Amino acid sequence: MEFSEHIKTANVEDVVLRQPLHPPSRGTLCITGHHLLFSDREEGSSRQVLLLLRNIDAIEKRTSGSSGTITIKCKDLQVLQLDIPGMEQCLNIAHSIETLSCLDSVSEMYPFFYRPADLSLQDQWGLSSPESYYSQMKELHGRWRLSSVNRDYSVCPSYPPAVIVPNSIDDDTLRKVAKFRQGGRFPVLCYYHRKNGMVIMRSSQPLTGANRKRCKEDELLLQAVIDGSDKGYIIDTRSSQQAQQARMTGGGFESKSCYSHWKRLHRQMERGKALQESLIKLVEACGDESNNMDRWLSKLENSKWLSYVQTALSTAGLLAECVERDGHSVLVHGSEGTDSSLLISTLAQLIMDPCCRTLDGFLALLEREWLQAGHPFQQRCAHSAYSHTRLQQESPVFLLLLDCVWQLWRQFPLALGFSEALLLRLATEVYASDYGTFLCNSDQERCAVGVKDKTHCLFQALLRPREKDYYSNPLYEPTELAIWPSVHPQSLQLWRGFFLRWTQQIRHLEEAQEEIRNMVIEWGKLALS
Amino acid sequence: MCLQVEQVRLLDRFSSKSTNGTLYLTATHLIFLQKETFILHHHIASVEKLSLTTTGCPLVIQCRNFRMVQFVVQRERDCHDIYSSLLRLLRPGGYEDLYAFSYNPKQNDQQREEGWQLIDLGAEFERMGVPCDQWQLTDVNRDYKVCETYPRDLYVPITASKPIIVGSSKFRSKGRFPVLTYFYQEKKAAVCRCSQPLSGFSARCLEDESLLQAISKANHNSRFVYVMDTRPKLNALANRAAGKGYENEDNYSNIRFQFVGIENIHVMRASLQKLLEVIGSRPLSMSDYLVGLESSGWLRHIKAVVDAAIFLTKAVTVEGVSVLVHCSDGWDRTAQVCSLGSLLMDPYYRTIKGFMVLIEKDWISFGHKFADRCDQLDGDPKEVSPIFTQFLECVWQLTEQFPQAFEFSEWFLLQIHEHVHSCQYGNFLGNNQRQREELQLRERTHSLWAFLMSEKQNYLNPFYSPAYSEAHPVLEPSTLPYHFKFWRNMYHQFDRSMHPRQSILKTILTLRENSRKAESTLQALETVKVQRHEEDDEQEEVGEEAMESTDTERTVEGSSGTDSRKQSYGELEGTYNSDVAKEEPAVVSLEFGVARMTC
Repeated sequence: MEFSEHIKTANVEDVVLRQPLHPPSRGTLCITGHHLLFSDREEGSSRQVLLLLRNIDAIEKRTSGSSGTITIKCKDLQVLQLDIPGMEQCLNIAHSIETLSCLDSVSEMYPFFYRPADLSLQDQWGLSSPESYYSQMKELHGRWRLSSVNRDYSVCPSYPPAVIVPNSIDDDTLRKVAKFRQGGRFPVLCYYHRKNGMVIMRSSQPLTGANRKRCKEDELLLQAVIDGSDKGYIIDTRSSQQAQQARMTGGGFESKSCYSHWKRLHRQMERGKALQESLIKLVEACGDESNNMDRWLSKLENSKWLSYVQTALSTAGLLAECVERDGHSVLVHGSEGTDSSLLISTLAQLIMDPCCRTLDGFLALLEREWLQAGHPFQQRCAHSAYSHTRLQQESPVFLLLLDCVWQLWRQFPLALGFSEALLLRLATEVYASDYGTFLCNSDQERCAVGVKDKTHCLFQALLRPREKDYYSNPLYEPTELAIWPSVHPQSLQLWRGFFLRWTQQIRHLEEAQEEIRNMVIEWGKLALS
Repeated sequence: MCLQVEQVRLLDRFSSKSTNGTLYLTATHLIFLQKETFILHHHIASVEKLSLTTTGCPLVIQCRNFRMVQFVVQRERDCHDIYSSLLRLLRPGGYEDLYAFSYNPKQNDQQREEGWQLIDLGAEFERMGVPCDQWQLTDVNRDYKVCETYPRDLYVPITASKPIIVGSSKFRSKGRFPVLTYFYQEKKAAVCRCSQPLSGFSARCLEDESLLQAISKANHNSRFVYVMDTRPKLNALANRAAGKGYENEDNYSNIRFQFVGIENIHVMRASLQKLLEVIGSRPLSMSDYLVGLESSGWLRHIKAVVDAAIFLTKAVTVEGVSVLVHCSDGWDRTAQVCSLGSLLMDPYYRTIKGFMVLIEKDWISFGHKFADRCDQLDGDPKEVSPIFTQFLECVWQLTEQFPQAFEFSEWFLLQIHEHVHSCQYGNFLGNNQRQREELQLRERTHSLWAFLMSEKQNYLNPFYSPAYSEAHPVLEPSTLPYHFKFWRNMYHQFDRSMHPRQSILKTILTLRENSRKAESTLQALETVKVQRHEEDDEQEEVGEEAMESTDTERTVEGSSGTDSRKQSYGELEGTYNSDVAKEEPAVVSLEFGVARMTC
């Protein structure tokens, strides 16, 4: 397909751009296959605005007389307005944006065309994998093994080729277990707690169904996980009622009678549509300047977003408590095991494991727990809060993760090696990116379209020296301690840096952050000299 | 007198944790040892004895600095003893019983006197450029004859004669006639304050009208003055029935009248009460919290005050119009709006010293009734209201929006709040200047400002940038509701489990201090080097000595004013291992919800 088919008007002169935090400016608008480019032609200034079309969530067009106005609402929550002379031109531009911003074919997306001078396609792709995690964790080698049962993605399409499983469980058993778990997502190790040898496993729900089917191999696998220890915990991210209901549709849970050494704990976490709607409501409330205090607080409450933040953090806290303080291994799952399970296992690792709190460590964690673990990014992040299209699989689980990590960072501003800027960058990149990292829904899909060969890796790019400096936390002081967040509502806050990103007030805060960085660097120099 | 009770348990209100210790009552403090808890009697707002339980007799103590503690005393008789002693101690017979009169920080009379001289309001008006060709100092209130709740020194338009002033004062509630409180030199626009006129339905007063006329004439930039009635219109209307009310635009030439709708002291008291009920009792769900925050209306009131201050600021700095601000008596809402407006207009008030001056001027000298509002003498509960707390919170909200604009940090505000209620210093005792003079506070008590100044290092905001203030002399805050936050560090000051375990502020201050030391060491080394050139011997030792001086690291505490506060901020030390491993799985009792770090 040629992009030019969709571009009837490529250039328009004399367009007025209205953008938050900037005075309106007049210049030339240009549409390409992947970008909207605006260049300011006014004297004394040479502002250029380059916007990835993929970043556009929704547009509204209004025409009056011979000219038109297009309001562009971006997935990074920025709202822009273009005043375009000439009605036809305006409609053409609007049409191009509408079509090109939601192309379906992955291989036509911008990452496949992005070729920055300072990166090479031969560079290493990615930071971490189950293989490298296994080889680094020498402690694992006795009781755990690396299985390549999924090398051709046939056992579980959403898992990576290599997974870590108990040593005593062979590949045939794994295949049988996979048939008993939704989407083939059999229990695999995702975290080993060095201090006490306990582990976090994750999976999808067991397919017990209405007749309480059993699977000896599944029971065997879980038994092998706790081995000599007296018990383990299963954290089910659904309420027990939801888990019961799941049996009607073929799903289910691990019953006490079949898994006698496992204690099940239910914590209801919102997912899917409810989460997406929550985001939509919150963003709507943040965008409405006519709210009075009461209406704002009531909308904030009504959106439930902060409640979900609270639940996610406290469930992650529960998980970490089971492992770190209670000294037991834990299996986490909900239904599909691709959303809330990943959310809480990631947060729990940040709470417990200092290695995950460095910039590199955090990105590696995301790579293992989200990309390779098969969070369906393409489905979840197809649209954001402004889109009018009918919702399908969209759900801002990853955004919820970033929000929770931000809350952790607020409570332990010295313990995390990365800055708020990194979280904001990730929140943007996950919806629209120059890089291939967040494309597709699984490792298998990424392999099929050649993401690793034909696009650049965001995480590698973020670790280039200059970028790394910018995304590091200047106040970082590594600590071996677990960082237990407070989940009192009074201790949690709206993530203003993200939700109110385009307001002047947030700029003041950013300036202050910048100030911290400069001061610390200055003092660092002094200390060295 | 001293009472001592052993085996008392202190409960944490947000978790199931408790600490055992001994409780002491001294003449000034309630002390609980084990946790180093010191509570000044003046801070205690209420004591409640709950009914006996199997573990003992619970005693709930609410403090004005929002600390809430619950003790369980094993024997009911002991509990009753503590209870009745506290009740006695909480009712000071008179001002003389307040802590300030016995507090002795080991200073001699000269030091005490110097402390009181730190803030000089005459000099402050000079700084603003007053007296000048339009404004003068009047001695009409030298003996508190015209208005006993005003200070002696007042500034009025040159053209306002004594008969006009006296006439106007008779037409204003409590005699509080219009006087200058802030002068915006750049536009020659004035901020004046007064109480409501006794206009009833139709009364007028020619002197009052001429005084307003004089205020208007004193500003050549504008042909009119704004009269800002900070009350909701309905309240002002209701006051007319009692012979009070507001200015009738028809009677006053050249005024523009405006209501801004800040609620009265009773609404504010009830609102804070509601807020504390919501947040105070138990762990909350997010929904309960947000719904409670909304229904308390607290942030709505905070926003209303900031909105009013912005209106004032815009009128003065943008339009260049003088503004007369009043409410009913002109000592609550008027104080809030005038002081907050001045803070927005003038960077000086955003410094540590300037903020003291501002409080001294608009609150203390103009007669905000601290004794009544803060219940210093166990007076009429209907007079108690968190008006000053609200002002401090408004300032805090601004510091959150403009992190670089203020010389002081949050701890400064908290410390002032602490001492407004502690009655440890003389500054806030009594209701007005006249009363303070009668009490001879300058001779018999110490000044808080001197103490705070001596601890200035602790209250500095490391992000403060004088350059920023130069570029933005007038602050333009946004009052969109989402820019207002719940002030956890005020209302949960003592609930350490809720606070971040690490503080950026403290870290930055420590880093800065260290770098300063490194810098001076560097300089010392430089000097040494120079010396080295001159006398080639013994360089080594000198160098080492200089290095050693950096080892004594100053620990920066958020606030170190009162011992009771020290422990409440999230320092890392002391939190490790503080939780004893439980036999029951953590899962069941899940005391999650508590920020902490463990090994």
